Amino acid sequence: MKKRFDIVGKPRRRVDGRAKVTGQLRYADDLALPRMLFAKLLRSPHPHAVVEAIDTERARRHPGVHLVLTGQDFPVPFGIMPVSVDEYPLARERVRYVGDPIAAVIAVDEQTAVEALRLIDVRYTVLPPVASAEEGLQRPEPRIHDYGEQGNIHRNQSYEFGDVGEALAKSELVFEDTFFYEGNTHLPMEQQASLAFLDGEGKLQISSSTQNPHYLHRQLARVLQIPESQIRVVATPNGGGFGGKCDPGGHEFVVAKSALILGRPVKIGLTREEVFYVHRGRHPVLFKMKTGVTKDGKLTAMHLQTLLDGGGYGSHGPASTFYTGVLTPVTYHYPRFKFEACRVFTNKPACGPKRGHGTPQPRFGQEVQLDKIADKLGMDPAELRLLNVSKPDSLTASWLRIGSNGLADCIRKVTEMSGWKEKHRKLGRGRGVGLACSTYMSGAGVAIYWNKMPHSGVQILLDRSGAVIVYCGATEIGQGSDDVLAGLVAEALGVDIGAVRVVTGDTGITPVDLGSYSSRVTIMAGNAALQAAERLRATIAGVVSETLGTVPDRIVFSQGRVFAADNAGPGMTFVEAVHAAEAQLGTLSAVGSYAPPKAPGKYKGAGVGPSPAYSFTACVVETEVDERTGWIHVPKIWIAHDIGRALNPTLARGQVIGGVYMGLGEALMEEQSFRRLPEKLSGALVHRAPSMLDYKSLTALDMPDVEVAFIEDPDPNCPYGAKEVGQGPLLPVMPAVANAIFDAVGVRIDEIPITPDKVLRALHAQEKRVGPTAFPTVPYPAPTFVLPPWEGGDGKEVKRDAAAAVV
Amino acid sequence: MRRSVQLALTVNGEPAESSVAPYKTLLEVLREDLGLTGTKHGCELGECGACAVLVDGEPQLSCLTLALDCEGRSVQTIEGLARGPNLHPLQAAFADFGGSQCGYCTPGVIMTAKALLDRNPNPSREEIRQATAGNLCRCTGYQQITEAIEDAAAQLRNEKAL
Amino acid sequence: MLRLPWFEHRAPRSVAEAAQILAAEGPRAMLIAGGTDLLPNMKRRHQAPQVLVSLARVPELRRLNGTFGAALTLSEVANHEKTPAALRQAAIQVATPHIRNMGTLGGNLCLDTRCTYYNQTYEWRKAIDFCLKKDGNTCWVATASKRCVAVSSTDTAPALIALNAVVKLVSAKGEREIPVEALYQNDGIDYLSRTPEEILTEVRVPSGSNGGWKSTYWKLRRRGSFDFPILGVAAALKLDGDVVAEARIALGAVASRPFLVEKAGAFLKGKRLTDEVIAEAAGMVANRAKPMDNTDMDLYWRKEVADDFAAYALRELRGDDLRATRLRIARQAL
Repeated sequence: MKKRFDIVGKPRRRVDGRAKVTGQLRYADDLALPRMLFAKLLRSPHPHAVVEAIDTERARRHPGVHLVLTGQDFPVPFGIMPVSVDEYPLARERVRYVGDPIAAVIAVDEQTAVEALRLIDVRYTVLPPVASAEEGLQRPEPRIHDYGEQGNIHRNQSYEFGDVGEALAKSELVFEDTFFYEGNTHLPMEQQASLAFLDGEGKLQISSSTQNPHYLHRQLARVLQIPESQIRVVATPNGGGFGGKCDPGGHEFVVAKSALILGRPVKIGLTREEVFYVHRGRHPVLFKMKTGVTKDGKLTAMHLQTLLDGGGYGSHGPASTFYTGVLTPVTYHYPRFKFEACRVFTNKPACGPKRGHGTPQPRFGQEVQLDKIADKLGMDPAELRLLNVSKPDSLTASWLRIGSNGLADCIRKVTEMSGWKEKHRKLGRGRGVGLACSTYMSGAGVAIYWNKMPHSGVQILLDRSGAVIVYCGATEIGQGSDDVLAGLVAEALGVDIGAVRVVTGDTGITPVDLGSYSSRVTIMAGNAALQAAERLRATIAGVVSETLGTVPDRIVFSQGRVFAADNAGPGMTFVEAVHAAEAQLGTLSAVGSYAPPKAPGKYKGAGVGPSPAYSFTACVVETEVDERTGWIHVPKIWIAHDIGRALNPTLARGQVIGGVYMGLGEALMEEQSFRRLPEKLSGALVHRAPSMLDYKSLTALDMPDVEVAFIEDPDPNCPYGAKEVGQGPLLPVMPAVANAIFDAVGVRIDEIPITPDKVLRALHAQEKRVGPTAFPTVPYPAPTFVLPPWEGGDGKEVKRDAAAAVV
Repeated sequence: MRRSVQLALTVNGEPAESSVAPYKTLLEVLREDLGLTGTKHGCELGECGACAVLVDGEPQLSCLTLALDCEGRSVQTIEGLARGPNLHPLQAAFADFGGSQCGYCTPGVIMTAKALLDRNPNPSREEIRQATAGNLCRCTGYQQITEAIEDAAAQLRNEKAL
Repeated sequence: MLRLPWFEHRAPRSVAEAAQILAAEGPRAMLIAGGTDLLPNMKRRHQAPQVLVSLARVPELRRLNGTFGAALTLSEVANHEKTPAALRQAAIQVATPHIRNMGTLGGNLCLDTRCTYYNQTYEWRKAIDFCLKKDGNTCWVATASKRCVAVSSTDTAPALIALNAVVKLVSAKGEREIPVEALYQNDGIDYLSRTPEEILTEVRVPSGSNGGWKSTYWKLRRRGSFDFPILGVAAALKLDGDVVAEARIALGAVASRPFLVEKAGAFLKGKRLTDEVIAEAAGMVANRAKPMDNTDMDLYWRKEVADDFAAYALRELRGDDLRATRLRIARQAL
C-alpha cells in the first residue's frame, strides 16, 4: 500500500553524522592492536628498469626489523580487471614508474622500518622511459609490458554506428577540434591505510581503506593462494575515495602476507607522496572530435578519436578506454556515431577511475565544441542544446537505452536561475557566462568480472526489540551509502530511522555488494534493500492482516505503526507486529538482491555504457577575466541536476556542490603532471608535485557560491525513483568554465586545466586559442560496425557491405 | 642517546602524562600515546589542516608542533568538545547540514571553527572562509561547512542570550 | 606517516642561554621557533640537526614595544594595530591561519629558500639523483649554473625592506643590527648573512615609516591560501601632497633573495603618480624580476605580470580603489 513519504525527500542528519563530528569514527589508520608491527614499502627511484638483484641482508639485521619481503615472496600477479592482471604486490623483474613498490620492511615501529628501507640494496639496469602516450606510440620498444595490442599499446578499439564518413560528408557544416585534458588525481584527505591480523580462529582479517572490499577479497585469495572463505575484508569508512581506493594496492597484500607469516598484526599507512604514486586517477587524454551539423543546428554525426596515457599498469584501463567514448551520445541525439580509442602504457603511476571515469575528457570537448557551433551559427548555446537533447525512453545510435531524461528541464532551470538570457554575450568585455551539460550512469550494467550473480545483496534482520539491522557489502566512502540504506529501509518499513542499524562493507558478515564505484550504491544496494524490506513487509502484513481486519495489500507501515489504510482503527505498533509475526513464523529475516536489466546492444563491447538509469546535469559558470594578466575569477556557479528523487536532500546537495568543487579544481588547477630532466644528463621522470601544497586544490577562499536545483522526475528503475548524484554534477563544470572564458574575452582554451598563462597566451595569439594543434596517427583497428536502431539494426555487429545493402 | 622524555600537559581539561620519544609531534602523541585518534592527518607537512587542534585556545597544526614544546600547555581535541552526551552546537550543525561528508577533515575544521566562534560570535561568511582557509576539504566544496558554522554561531548566540 | 628523525630537544629560557647552546654545539644544532618551515624540512631530511634549540620558552623574543620580537607569531604581527600596512598584508597572506598562529616573524625572515627540485622527500630527490642545494651536484633548474637558484619565498622580507626595517642578530660573542636587505645573499644555499651561531631577535621598523609613509604588499600565488609567493611586490611611499618625496619598492620570490629596486625608487622621487609615471616605474620593477622554472605556474607568465603587480601597488598608494582587484587576486579583502 502506497503512502506519503515519512523520510524520503526530507533533509535530515546522516546516520553516521554523529560519529564523524565526535572523532569516534575509526578510519583504518585509527586502528591499533596489541603487538602490532608496522610496514613500509621501498619504491623504485627509476621510471623504467630491470631489477637485477635485491640484497636485503643489512635491512634484515637492523634492530627492530621482523621481516623483509620482496617480489620473490609474491609469485602471483593481481589486477582489478580480468583482462589486465599485470601487477605484482612488489615488483619482480621490472619496475615501471618512480614509486613502483619493490620491497617491504616490517618492523617494531614506523621509524625503524624507514631506517631499514635505506639498508636495502637494489641493482637495476635502467631502461629508457616512455613519458607520454604519443611517445609510447612512437617507441614500441622496449615494451613496458609483454602483453597488450602491440608495442606499448595496451588497448585499441573502434566502433562505428552507422556510416559516419557518409554522414559527415553530407553535413552542411563539419566542426573538427582537438583537445587535451591533463591527468589529475583524487587526493582523498585520508591516506590509504591497512591493518591485517589473524583472528581467533587463525583466519586472515584485513581492515582497509578500500572502496571495493569484494574485489579486494577476491584478489587477496588469488595472490595469497588461500580460499576466499579463509579471508575477511573489512572496509573501514573511507576518508574520501573518488575512485582512488577502487583498485587493490600492493600495500594491502604486503600487510596480509606479513600477518600470515609473523602471526602478528601488521599495519601500514601510506604517506601523501605514496598516495600520488598509487594514483589510478584521471587519464591524460588527447582527443579529436569531428561533428556534423545542419545549418539550423541539428547534429548529424560525430567521429571521436581518443588517445589515453595509461601509466605503468592496466588498472581499470580497459574500462576507462571505453568510457572515453561510450557516454558521449547520451546527452544529445547523434544519428550516427563513431569512436576510436587507444590506451598506451607509459612509465608513470597507473591511471584508472576518478569521479566520472573516462567521461569528463570527451565531455569537455563535446560541450566546448557545441559552444563553438552555436557561436558560428549565431544561435544561443542553450537553444542549440535544447534542439538536440536526447529524448526520454529512447535509444542512442550505440544502443544505450535512456530511461528518464530531465536534461531539457535542467537546461531550462539553470538558464532561468542564472539569468542566462540577460547575461550571455551581454556582460561586456572581461565578464562572461558559459553553459555546459552532462550525464552519468547510475551504476554500470555489468560487473568487473563476468558472472551471472546479483550486483548487490542485502539482508535485513528484524529483532523483537523493534531494531532493524541491515547488512550489505556497500562501502561508506563519505558519499552517504550507509544513510541511503538506512533511509530506504526505514521508509519501507515505516520505522524511525533511529531503529535502523546498518552493517556494511564486511565480507565476513555482509552479502556481496560490488563496491562504491560507478555511482551504483543508491540504485543497486538501494533496490536490493527495498526488495528485502518489501518481503518483510509482506511477511508481517500476512500475519497481522486478520487482526487489523483487512487484506495484506491494504496495510500501511508508517511512523512506527502498522495499520489498515481504509480503517480508522488504531492498528498496532511496528514492534507488536514484529512480535506477532515472529511468534507465528519464527525469526524474521529477508534478503533482497539486484542485478541491472539486460542492455539492448548485442555487439562485443556493448557491456560498457549501459546503466539502469542516467542522471543529467546542466551548469552555468560566471567568470571575470583580466585581459592584461589572464587572471581568472569565478564569482558564481549555478547547477541543475536531474536526480530522479533526492532521498536526503542535504546529502544530495552536498554531492552536487562537492562535484562542482572538484570540477572547478580540475578546470583551473589540478594536475597530475610529470617532469623529465634533460635526457643527456638524467633518465629521471618524476611526479612534479606529489604533495598537498604543490598539487593545487581549491581552498575555502577559492570556492564560489554554488546555487543548486534538483529536477525530480522519479525513474522507475531506481529506489523511490532516485538516480545518481555523486559523479554527474562534476562533469559539466570544466566546459562551462571554458565557455564562460570565451564569453568574457573571446578566447578558446581547448585544454584542461585552464590557467591564466594560457588565457594570456590565447589573447596574444592570432587564432585566439590555446590547445593542441595536432593529433597523431594512431593505428586504430577496423571498426566494429553496428547499425543504429533507426537504420534497421538489431544491436548486433554487421558486415559493413551487408549494412550498405540494408540501407 | 635514544631516550624517551617525560611530558606533562593538559588535554581536554585533564592532566595527561606520557613518556615520549623527542621526535614525536603533538599529532603522534595524541594519536599513538594518548589514543586520541579523532585528530586526523593528511600530509604531516602542514599542507592540509586535518590535524588542527587548539593549543592554548589557538588553532594550530599538531603535525608541526613538537610534543615537547607543549609541556604545561593546554590542548583541546575533537574528543573533548561534546557536552557530556550532547553535541556541541558546531558538531550538531556539521552533522545536520552536510558540513561533514567523509568526515576526515571534520575534526580539524570544527576545532578551527570553535576558536573562531570563541573570538567572534557573529562572523560573516567571508570571515568564516578566511578562518577555515587552512583546512582542505575534498568532499563538500566548503559551502555546507560555512553554512554549518553560521548555524552553530547562531545557536551559540541564542544560548548566550538565554 | 612522515616522521621526524631522532634529535635532542633543548629549551633555553633566555636569548643568552640559547646563544650559549648554539656556540657550544656548533653546526650540530639548529634553532626552532614556530617549526612550520624547519619541521617539514626535517621530515623530508633536508636538515637533520642532532640538537634542536627551541625558542618556545624565551619570553624576551615575544616583546612588542616599538620593535617586533622575532618570536611573535605572524598572526600577532598581522593583528597588531601599529603594524604598517605592507607588513600586515604580507603577514596575513603567509600560508594559512594555522601556520600564522605558529610561524614567527623571525622564522619567516629566515625561511629556507625553495625550489621544485628541493622541497620534496628524500625518496623523490633520490629519483633525480639529488640537486645542488642538497646532496647532489647539479642544479636542475639551470644545469649550467654553479650557483643554487632556489627562490626566496618570504612574504615579510620584501615588505620590511620597503619599510626600511633593521634586524638585530645576537650571538654569544655580541650583537649587531643590519638592514633587512643586508640579511640576504643571492645564493640559494647560503642565502642568509646570519651566521649559524646568531639568533635573529627583533625587527625594528623606523618610526618615520608611520609618519607620512604609506605602504602596501601585493602577492601573487595560485590560491587564496596555503601557497608561497611566486611574486611579491612591496612598496612604501612618502608623499608630499601628490608628489613622491621618497619611494622604496622591493621584490620577493623572483630571486634567491628579496631586494630593493633602487632605480624605481629614484625615478619616482619628485614625480606625480600619473598613469605614465606608474607604468614606467612598474616597468623598471618588472625588469628586475628574473623568475626561474622552479616554483608554481608558468615562468614567462610570472615575468609578464610583474609590471601589473607593481602598478597595482603604486596605484593603490596613489589612492585608487583597488579593492575589487585585490579581492580577485588575493581572494579575500585585506
